[in-house]
Amino acid sequence: MVHAIEFRDVTKTFKGAGYSAVDHVSFTVEEGEFITILGSSGCGKTTLLKMINRLYEPDDGKVLLSGTDISSVDVVSLRRRIGYVIQQIGLFPHLTVGENIATLPKLLKWEKEKTAARVDELLIMAGLAPDEFRNRYPSQLSGGQQQRVGLARALAADPGIMLLDEPFGAIDSITRTKLQDELLALHGGMKKTFLFVTHDIEEALKLGTRVMIMNGGKVIQYDTPEQIIRNPADAFVRSLVEAARAKEQFWERFV
Amino acid sequence: MTEYLIKHYDDLAEAALVHLQLVLLAMVCSLVLAAALTVVCSCSGKIAGIVTGLLAMIYSVPSLAMFALLIPLTGLGKTTAVIVLVIYNQYLLLQNFLAGLDSVDKGVTEAAAGMGMTNLQILIKIRLPLAREALAAGIRIALVSTVSIATIAASINAGGLGTILFDGLRTMNIPKIVWGSLASALLVILTDRVTRFISPHRGPA
Repeated sequence: MVHAIEFRDVTKTFKGAGYSAVDHVSFTVEEGEFITILGSSGCGKTTLLKMINRLYEPDDGKVLLSGTDISSVDVVSLRRRIGYVIQQIGLFPHLTVGENIATLPKLLKWEKEKTAARVDELLIMAGLAPDEFRNRYPSQLSGGQQQRVGLARALAADPGIMLLDEPFGAIDSITRTKLQDELLALHGGMKKTFLFVTHDIEEALKLGTRVMIMNGGKVIQYDTPEQIIRNPADAFVRSLVEAARAKEQFWERFV
Repeated sequence: MTEYLIKHYDDLAEAALVHLQLVLLAMVCSLVLAAALTVVCSCSGKIAGIVTGLLAMIYSVPSLAMFALLIPLTGLGKTTAVIVLVIYNQYLLLQNFLAGLDSVDKGVTEAAAGMGMTNLQILIKIRLPLAREALAAGIRIALVSTVSIATIAASINAGGLGTILFDGLRTMNIPKIVWGSLASALLVILTDRVTRFISPHRGPA
């Protein structure tokens, strides 16, 4: 069976570091899944994500997309087939919202009308009125609006895989909840594989069809949210779940 | 004092014109070379370190010595002058170009790379436009420095406003010394003003 994403015994050690950021990791992701990758800072979750669009190259092991070893594919064409959203958002400040979203279609030399239609379609999908937002600059938007544009930009060329690296990490909690719900609805409406990195257990359990918990460069548990809550694999996972429960109890005191 | 100006204003004007020609030629060559070096240096931090270190060393050599050093190789005259001016400019231009390109937000360049832009596309479409103020500042500094160092080029017969100054020094002709220096200084101030006026201002970004 061909998996959308497959890691085969992948290891990555950064120069000068005494440990491996990602340590002999193997797993598979099926098409259309929404995988959340959970772990504290430095656990290797971002490194793992960046090996999928080859911003990092593994030292050892293989990464396969739809059965093809990505080290044998041209890196630029690989990245153009993968949507990428990051916490810093990284909108191009000298380009308008419309031009930002149109960047990849332009690189792919789409016709002008097709690009313009796609930009409007994506703005609507992202909940931003095209006529109001198309010609604004990123600095004229709120953080939440900027990340909506970041998402729209990543979806521009209809990628099969979306990589999201703590996309809502710097966004206020009210807007974040709203964006999470919209992202879930978005994922439900398309046959895309999502990989979403976060350090927030509630976010991970809420969004993921399966959750991957990482610690010290290793995958500790990779299962459905329900299984993780019911059968934590080890003390680390248990402590994560308990921390989330304790937070919940904190709120219940005020009910 | 004014008598010299009235009698020889055409000499001064001609020298200023030659001076500007020298500066213009040196600037065009400098920019072409600096652009090439910037592309090379932005590919590898190691190369950038070596190149900027070397240029800093060269930059610390006094210009008069540099002109003298090159005479056995390229002789007296304009060619040598332009070479020296171009070499000096590389340090100023490259430092400012690299610092400007480096100051572009890492999140922005990562997003660009992640969506599948080639390094050259990131440089041209993202980093250059976002660094344009730093680039313009570098060019302005180099221009002003070139105008002033070009005065020394008269010592190797490259012409320009320095000719009048050095003539004055040789014959102890005070008006020539004064007017030669004043004209050089005036030209420096003028170029600075003009480039300040035409350099880009902060856009909507």
